[in-house]
Amino acid sequence: MKKEFDSEKKLYTLAILVRDIPGVLSQVARLFSRKGYNIESIVSGETDKPGITRITIVLLADELMISQIAAQCRKLIPVLAVKILDEGTSIQREFSLIKVRAADRNARDEVIQMANIFRAKIIDVSRETLTVGIFGDKNKTQALTAMLADYGILEIAKTGTLAIERGRSTIYDDNKLKEEYNYGKNVL
Amino acid sequence: MKIRATQAIMECLLEQEVDTVFGYPGGTILNVYDELYHYRDKIHHVLTAHEQGAAHAADGYARSTGKVGVCFATSGPGATNLTTGIATAYMDSSPVVFITCNVTEPLLGKDSFQEVDITGIAMPITKATYLVRDASTIPDVMRQAFAVAATGRPGPVLIDFLKNVTAPNVEIDYEFVPWNQNRSCSSIQALATSHELKAPEPNLGDIDTLVEMIAQSEKPMLICGGGVVRGRAHKQFREFAEKLDAPVAITVMGGGGFPGGHSLTTGMVGMHGSQASNVACNECDLLIAVGCRFSDRVALDPGTFACQAKIVQIDIDRSEIDKNVLTDHHIVGSAKRVLELLNQRLPQYSHPAWKEHILPLREPSIPRDSDALTPKQVLEVIRRLAPQDSIVATDVGQHQMWSIQHFHFDYPGQLLTSGGFGTMGFGLGAAIGAKMGNPDKVVVHTTGDGCFRMNCHELATVQHYNLPIITVVFNNGVLGMVRQWQHLIYHERYSETTLDRGPDFVKLAEAYGLKGFRVTNRQEMEQAFSQALKAGCGCVLDCHLDMDEMVRPMVAGGAHITDFLLK
Repeated sequence: MKKEFDSEKKLYTLAILVRDIPGVLSQVARLFSRKGYNIESIVSGETDKPGITRITIVLLADELMISQIAAQCRKLIPVLAVKILDEGTSIQREFSLIKVRAADRNARDEVIQMANIFRAKIIDVSRETLTVGIFGDKNKTQALTAMLADYGILEIAKTGTLAIERGRSTIYDDNKLKEEYNYGKNVL
Repeated sequence: MKIRATQAIMECLLEQEVDTVFGYPGGTILNVYDELYHYRDKIHHVLTAHEQGAAHAADGYARSTGKVGVCFATSGPGATNLTTGIATAYMDSSPVVFITCNVTEPLLGKDSFQEVDITGIAMPITKATYLVRDASTIPDVMRQAFAVAATGRPGPVLIDFLKNVTAPNVEIDYEFVPWNQNRSCSSIQALATSHELKAPEPNLGDIDTLVEMIAQSEKPMLICGGGVVRGRAHKQFREFAEKLDAPVAITVMGGGGFPGGHSLTTGMVGMHGSQASNVACNECDLLIAVGCRFSDRVALDPGTFACQAKIVQIDIDRSEIDKNVLTDHHIVGSAKRVLELLNQRLPQYSHPAWKEHILPLREPSIPRDSDALTPKQVLEVIRRLAPQDSIVATDVGQHQMWSIQHFHFDYPGQLLTSGGFGTMGFGLGAAIGAKMGNPDKVVVHTTGDGCFRMNCHELATVQHYNLPIITVVFNNGVLGMVRQWQHLIYHERYSETTLDRGPDFVKLAEAYGLKGFRVTNRQEMEQAFSQALKAGCGCVLDCHLDMDEMVRPMVAGGAHITDFLLK
């Protein structure tokens, strides 16, 4: 029987462990651009292991596309592990800095209140502006951004989504997709 | 032991038992060529007319010998001239290590003379690229590059050395380690932590499932793809096909994986596939594709391709599974190993009714009546006169399809053709590489007038190295395949496909110091080809053909596989 692939396009999160060598980020990113896939967000940062970087990519794709990309990613020489993380079993967070216009006292009070409701922090204050830092999932950030829009947002700086699995499992245990492609290590 | 960095590069080539390299020198790679001068007794360098020719030659050498090809070029234009050759090797999974040099460290990134980011350019068309900025890493990089090129699904790798890394005063620690003993070397170990350094071992459960599927099948069919050729699994494939007693379609890249003259062969499949192959795809109940990625020239319409059948894909590269056509079952592993395991478990089957239905359809379509020379006559003469094990290198277009349809290829590496990338100008370079790697075999290069004009300067290489390559030009004065599409699909609007221009290929051959023959009928073809076989030097046969000759059968791109535009 042909395997059924979910053809609905949704946001998938890929966690990729790579050796930290020059050009590795572009090597990984070009796999996505080659097929015309648009990366929603990409984050790269060091890990607990020296010389090893974790890249987290979020993209809009269907199941077949994402398993293709994961399989191709595994063939890259600097790639150590690839894991597709789904929303149910992983924690996904992003961090945003939002600079809001708040020239008068009322506006300033309201923005501070709003920030408190969202458990965001005021990170910087000037005579005319407040800068809010918010840490949370995509929806939370979007909700706060929508509320602050009334006051006039001057600038936003965001990280992409970071993700890690819930519970005991880690990217190190089993870097293969379950069942279908479980043939041991990456191959060349 | 301390040795010069460039010496380490040469020693690393010797570790891999490389004795022939192709290339073209230049400013930044001078140090490497200076070292090559000292090693000229051990490493034979073939100087081509153009870097692209060198790339194709290294590729042709690799395809015909099964070894890893090696190609040198300088920075900037030297490196970019390689790119078509690199992409050609990549698309057809041919193992070649390309070595380029770049400007010195202080000049890097400053748009210096002949500087280009070749590792960046080559990234999407190689398995791996390496930029070497530290001389001490040379042995590591060289060893890893060869391992990557040859392991798993083979493919090209590019190494770019900065010029200062190759400077004559740079010395590094080096110890000679033969390639089959280098598992303990640091870069190979590093690679082994993330990637399997041998082909993946097939899952026995998957094998049993397929054995069961075969037992259930009444109308099985096989596709012999490029993986059978690259994996040198032709013996195992033949046993498998004979045990299954199933028709075998051969893709362009699969030529040589299964004997072309075998009673089970149905010929090519797909766009210019035979009736037998295409109808079998459409009527079988089990389709087993070995080392085949169902490209758009095979599975023209992936949605309807063999949709009535259970499709099984056997491939060494797991990212090929379900890429183009969704499969019902797959086995990841090398063709050789998977087929060995299957053959051990399979009884002898017999499918007389199914065969009787399919195999009679393979008779080639009847060519048009013509007093003039026809492509079929040209090919028949070659097939009759050339030794059966002759290597055939083709370019791309009508002559390529005709060559593959008419010749019978019996072993991997006998057919050298750019199936994936479709590179015009590939043939002559590949023929040079093949002749260098197989000096005892006759090498025939079939080409069209359009393709030949693209890289005919390599005749200088043919002459200089005294390579008795027989180039047969299917000269119809037009860009035949494109014209065929214009005729069939673009309402005979022949936009820029008429090649009514020079040179005179006979005189061109003579200008390069080779023999040229003008061929206008069958007798002349016989005479010219027999003379060419005895000539002991490169020969060019300029065969004048009718411009309206077409490749038959034909199915349009994206159409249903039995929806023949031409029968």
